Amino acid sequence: MGVLEDLYQEALLLRYKSPKRRGTLPDATHTSGGKNPSCGDRVELFLKVNGDRIEAARFTGEGCAVSQASADLLAEAVEGKTIPEALELVRAFKAMVVEGKPPAPALGDLQILAGVAKLPSRVKCATLAWNALESALLGER
Amino acid sequence: MDPQVLRKDFPIFEAHPELVFLDSAASSQKPRAVLEALTRFYATRYANVHRGGYALSEAATEAYEDARKTLARFLGARDPREVVFVRNATEGVNLLAHALGGRVDPGDTILVTEMEHHANLVPWQQLAAHTGAQLKAVPVTEEGRLDLEAFDRLLAEGPKIVAFSHMSNVLGTVNPVAELAKKARAAGAVVVVDGAQAAPHLPLNVAELGADFYVTSGHKMLGPTGASALWGRLELWQELPPFLTGGGMIEEVTLEESRFAEPPARFEAGTPPFAEAVALAEAARYLENAGREAVFAHDQALVRRALAKLKEVPGLKLLGPEGPDRGGVVSFYFPGLHAHDLATFLAERGIAVRSGHHCAQPLHRKLGAPATTRASFYLYNTEDDVDRLAEALIEARRFFDAWIA
Repeated sequence: MGVLEDLYQEALLLRYKSPKRRGTLPDATHTSGGKNPSCGDRVELFLKVNGDRIEAARFTGEGCAVSQASADLLAEAVEGKTIPEALELVRAFKAMVVEGKPPAPALGDLQILAGVAKLPSRVKCATLAWNALESALLGER
Repeated sequence: MDPQVLRKDFPIFEAHPELVFLDSAASSQKPRAVLEALTRFYATRYANVHRGGYALSEAATEAYEDARKTLARFLGARDPREVVFVRNATEGVNLLAHALGGRVDPGDTILVTEMEHHANLVPWQQLAAHTGAQLKAVPVTEEGRLDLEAFDRLLAEGPKIVAFSHMSNVLGTVNPVAELAKKARAAGAVVVVDGAQAAPHLPLNVAELGADFYVTSGHKMLGPTGASALWGRLELWQELPPFLTGGGMIEEVTLEESRFAEPPARFEAGTPPFAEAVALAEAARYLENAGREAVFAHDQALVRRALAKLKEVPGLKLLGPEGPDRGGVVSFYFPGLHAHDLATFLAERGIAVRSGHHCAQPLHRKLGAPATTRASFYLYNTEDDVDRLAEALIEARRFFDAWIA
């Protein structure tokens, strides 16, 4: 398969067109946003953290399939995780899309974004929501 | 003008023989003559200008002032002193917004248009915010032209400054500059034209256009980055205060105060980009030799071909008008498919296009397109480039079938 076929699969399409975690959280304890000003991609994250655990996560935003599906997958993946677990997930995700390492099993559905590693111009789309997550969790501690 | 022959002058196409380069509206490629002018100047005539009392500095100064004369001719200026060298079009507009700031009072109006690049919008927004003036925008019609009736109505409010682009970087619309400038000046406004997209492509005579200032972008017209010509009427330059201050722009300095030099030096503080200006003059000569009517006719032929072919791609939405007022830019999108995803598909086929809002967010908002993909043509593009774009878009339509709304 080519790099395009690797990335633009039905799973990505479904995430982009029918996201599972799009929306806001009125009782969010942490919010953070990210933008790629040059291309207009935008993501805002809403987290409800209780103690050390992320109980709920939602996102809003607009942009390409990669940036929006990545945010949706992120929100789903971090729900129920502790903050250290979520930060470990950030490292695993970035290892996959930035460094091109084989996906860690813990990434689960996030592996559908593995193909981004072969498209350097799209890495910043994939990491947009993850940078926002990092600053939400690290900035508030 | 034969693009197949001209292409041989551009080393980038030797380095990348398969490249379909359709992003000249962002920045153009450079002919060998320009690159050689730059290295030759650095290698044989380089010393700071207007400074040293030695032959090399005098030679550099002469080359720099010759470049000013060449750009004056290229733009149709009556006097080389009307040409100020700045880094880029953005700096040009900022210089004007600063220098004209003293003429704007609270409650005044500054008029722009909805099709402006951020470079010809944000500096005026800032000026309005600092002075308490209001910024108003001429709307764009559905076809992608300026609403000329609205322009007349807004002019009746007596704006102090009217700033608009000669050619839109998203729509390709060539605005009726002479008509707009005449009306705006008759209404008492200072007229600033953003020619970043037009100067590389259209025959130009600023003296006849009737504007007060004309901004260009050197790197979009085959020149190197870092030097651009900013034209203004000499009598206005003579009245205006400087933007940046420091060395090179003074007549006399005491610890208490300074007297500023006459234009253009008053507006060229610090060491100017003189080597780049010399190379830019070479670019201007290259365009003059290619024939500027021929370049524009070529752009228009390619955009007509592109519009005809792209209309046949099912579901593809095209922006911008059709007709003689259309330059060599075409922006498009598939509803439901984001512009970056489409641009990645095209990039994988060796087609270089730009995607996003092209520094024109208000225009995209107005047209209801969050982002578009843009192809832009120049003298080195061929019919084959257009055909490869059209074929790739048909393939993209198939590849992204489930994605497109």
